[in-house]
Amino acid sequence: MNADYMLVILGMGIVTYIPRWFPLFLLSRRQLPEWLVGWLDFIPVAILSALVLPCLVTTGEPRQLDLLRPELFVAIPTFIFALKTRSLAGTVVIGMFLFWLVRIIF
Amino acid sequence: MNSVSMENKENWQPVIKDGMVAAWPICLGYLPIGLAFGVIAQKAGLHPLEIGLMSLFVFAGSAQFIAVSMLSSGAAIVPIVVTTFMVNLRHLLMSSSLAVYLKGPSKGWLSLYAYGVTDESFALNLTKFRDEDWDWRRALVVNHTANIAWIGSTIAGGYGGEFIPSGAFGIDYALIAMFICLLVFQLRGLLYTIIAIIAGFLAVILSLMFPGNSYIIIASVIAATIGVFLRKSKIFSDSEKRL
Repeated sequence: MNADYMLVILGMGIVTYIPRWFPLFLLSRRQLPEWLVGWLDFIPVAILSALVLPCLVTTGEPRQLDLLRPELFVAIPTFIFALKTRSLAGTVVIGMFLFWLVRIIF
Repeated sequence: MNSVSMENKENWQPVIKDGMVAAWPICLGYLPIGLAFGVIAQKAGLHPLEIGLMSLFVFAGSAQFIAVSMLSSGAAIVPIVVTTFMVNLRHLLMSSSLAVYLKGPSKGWLSLYAYGVTDESFALNLTKFRDEDWDWRRALVVNHTANIAWIGSTIAGGYGGEFIPSGAFGIDYALIAMFICLLVFQLRGLLYTIIAIIAGFLAVILSLMFPGNSYIIIASVIAATIGVFLRKSKIFSDSEKRL
């Protein structure tokens, strides 16, 4: 075991845990003001969109716009499937299958 | 254990089953990423035990990838830890958002819950809290099932995960497909759809302008703030008052 690696791991663990823990500790037992609840209500949809869209249309390091990625082609039918069926399991399976198919064809 | 059983009269067995069943898309998605991480970390000089410890202590995919690439290029401890902090700061928003649904558990349980807040468990549990009869115990099981899958797959990668062909069965797409579906579940009206579009476009633009992943926090905060103002405005105040 390398002592430096252990120090890195420990440091990383602490700074990762604090932002995960602090809001739960601070907010979960309190009556939150209405504006904050309203703001937090938009956070999930905003985060999910902010996580997904760059994965679909950017690539490389430094990132560049690329609208011809198989990730994007597959996302469209996957999105429609999710909209119609509202099935998480089905969407994951369909998405994987289509991505596998597209990569075989292209 | 006595205080635990007093606090939770509910039988844990169905809870564990429900949580594990719900967690499967996350586990499936973690498998290729975890294997890939293990392979890279092992090449960077980490022993499988160190890989497992990093996955246990940190439990954050992208930060671990970045840390390993910094380690192999000879970076010092402090820059790696600071970068990790920046990369994982987005969990601040996720935990804030989850706090609304976590009023039941004691501080000890909350502290354990906090450990398992990831992009994936956050998205899945939050959707379930809102749409289903979901509780913090089941959500906690989701967190830890995903955690075990992550630790296991990274260690397996460290022992030589190269034998798994990359792209097998489209497994690389599992997490993207899950996020797409969870995003669809969040589109609960015109206003939410508008916020999603704003956040997505902002994220793409910011991600092209700046390295790193700060675009996630910035785009989400701006879009959610716009959402608050739009909800107050005349156009949406009649049709979309859901709070």
